[in-house]
Amino acid sequence: MSSSSRTAAVANSLDFDRRGKDWYIDKLAQVLMFLGGISAIIFIIGIFIFITGEGLGFLIEGFSFKEFFLSSAWRPTSAKQETYGILALVAGTASVTGLAMLVAIPFSLGAAIFIAEFASGKTREFLKVSVELLAAIPSVVWGFIGLAIMNPLIIELFHVPVGLNVLNAGIILGLMAAPIMTSIAEDALKAVPDRYREAAEAMGATRWQVIYKVVLPAAKNGLLGAVLLGVGRGFGETMAVLMATGHSINIPTSVFDSVRALTATIAAELGETAVGSTHYEALFTIGIFLFVITFIINMTADFIVRGIRKG
Amino acid sequence: MFSASELNHRNQRIQSLFRFFLGGMTVTLMVPVVIILTVLIIKGGPAISFEFLFTNPTNGMTAGGIFPALLGTICLVLVALIASVPLGIGAAIYLSEYAPDNAFTRIINLAIINLAGVPSIVHALFGLGAFVIFFKFGTSILAASLTLAILTLPVVIVATRESLQAVPMAFREACWNMGATRWQTIRRVVLPNAITGILTGVILEVSRTAGETAPIMFTGAAFFLPLLPQSVFDQTMALSLHLFVVSTQVPNMPEHLPYGVALVLICLVLMMNSLSIALRMYLRGKKKW
Repeated sequence: MSSSSRTAAVANSLDFDRRGKDWYIDKLAQVLMFLGGISAIIFIIGIFIFITGEGLGFLIEGFSFKEFFLSSAWRPTSAKQETYGILALVAGTASVTGLAMLVAIPFSLGAAIFIAEFASGKTREFLKVSVELLAAIPSVVWGFIGLAIMNPLIIELFHVPVGLNVLNAGIILGLMAAPIMTSIAEDALKAVPDRYREAAEAMGATRWQVIYKVVLPAAKNGLLGAVLLGVGRGFGETMAVLMATGHSINIPTSVFDSVRALTATIAAELGETAVGSTHYEALFTIGIFLFVITFIINMTADFIVRGIRKG
Repeated sequence: MFSASELNHRNQRIQSLFRFFLGGMTVTLMVPVVIILTVLIIKGGPAISFEFLFTNPTNGMTAGGIFPALLGTICLVLVALIASVPLGIGAAIYLSEYAPDNAFTRIINLAIINLAGVPSIVHALFGLGAFVIFFKFGTSILAASLTLAILTLPVVIVATRESLQAVPMAFREACWNMGATRWQTIRRVVLPNAITGILTGVILEVSRTAGETAPIMFTGAAFFLPLLPQSVFDQTMALSLHLFVVSTQVPNMPEHLPYGVALVLICLVLMMNSLSIALRMYLRGKKKW
């Protein structure tokens, strides 16, 4: 303690010498970089404040918890009685995301294990690059694929009248989420120290035994985090879901039912509403709901992943 | 003398089985995408020509080209880059070079993770509420680009932070020992050594920005405009929104046209990503330390 305070004292006494142009530039740079550093916090708070601000009128006046969350009647433009119930929209989002996860989780975890543990050299490099490129395909292109390729294919294969439904959007969303989940899961597997694998192999375990008994248990939190981030991705996806679900308000009873998602509702209706109207504010309230849910998902995923790093 | 027992053989078989199975899953993941790309190229390829890229849409968008949309996307990306690249690099420098390891830094990191996870439609709501209405930019290139800039900020921050942290600590220490200030060290030693890595992040951001649709729908991109934008306060067409419009909103659309738009968009995005990947590999080969 005494030596550090002495150093500080010496540094202080020298300060008058060091306050040249470079010193001020250095301090200015530090302040600017700090402002950049806190920008993410400012934006997150800003997003919350602005969407809450715009949705506030509805939350205070028209909002009833029972109607909003428990009614499936989303009729914002009804002439008789406007109703704002998001149950069917939540069901739409949940069914599509659920199916997408059924598609994406096994394939992306399988692919992650293969890339991280079995593939090597050029194969590994090639697979990693492919996954990265898959993740880059824009969501509107996926939506177009759902509309132009999957739609006729589903009608043809299953003899149903409409091919824009839970099945279509679920598969599209699954294909979209899989590369992201694969690369996060692969990172989680790579974070398991090599000495764990070496110890197990030295005991005579085969590659698969090492993976199954050692690597997977050690990486399970990271893998869970990857799955959660995938769920968050599916939940918040807009364009692909807007174009491939069929966009009709429905609580689905089979995968061939058309549904409508929360995100897609905002995207489809916001352009037609007057700023400040109840409908407009109700759409912002859906936005608040989406923001809160994804916030919780992201925080949980981060918490789970951090948990293992500390332990 | 060692010889493999029955158990060893069985374990080996199980291993081969799983290896085959997991490899199969990996391939299955790629196959649909290859098929889709092939279909896009076969159906969209014939639509693409010099005229398609450089003329206006005609006949209620059912004929003609995509020039205003292409130009609009370039404008949106450029303005978004001007806003987000300095900010993102600043944030990354702070996190990598200045930030102490404490709770506040942890909050910044959480904010970045959350910013990356906020649904794009919520970003759109924010852009509408903040830039279009509150700051009175109107539906304009400026409002749309700022929305995109905030959406893609985490991409730049994460890529830049990684490449800054890859610069060995010894480089900085050597510089400090010569009496350089922190900023001089960052400017003369850390940034020059990290610049290629930062560039990869920026290219990734370009690709991401060009493909986003939802955030620009209500903040500055228009379905159809007869004139090209004259300033950042004008609306513009954009390639991603144009794909949405021609594939869902316009009746009697000839089939090849949306395929052509989709192909142009996907080529643009994949080219940017490939460039970024190539640059990263080149960098890895060149690394001096």
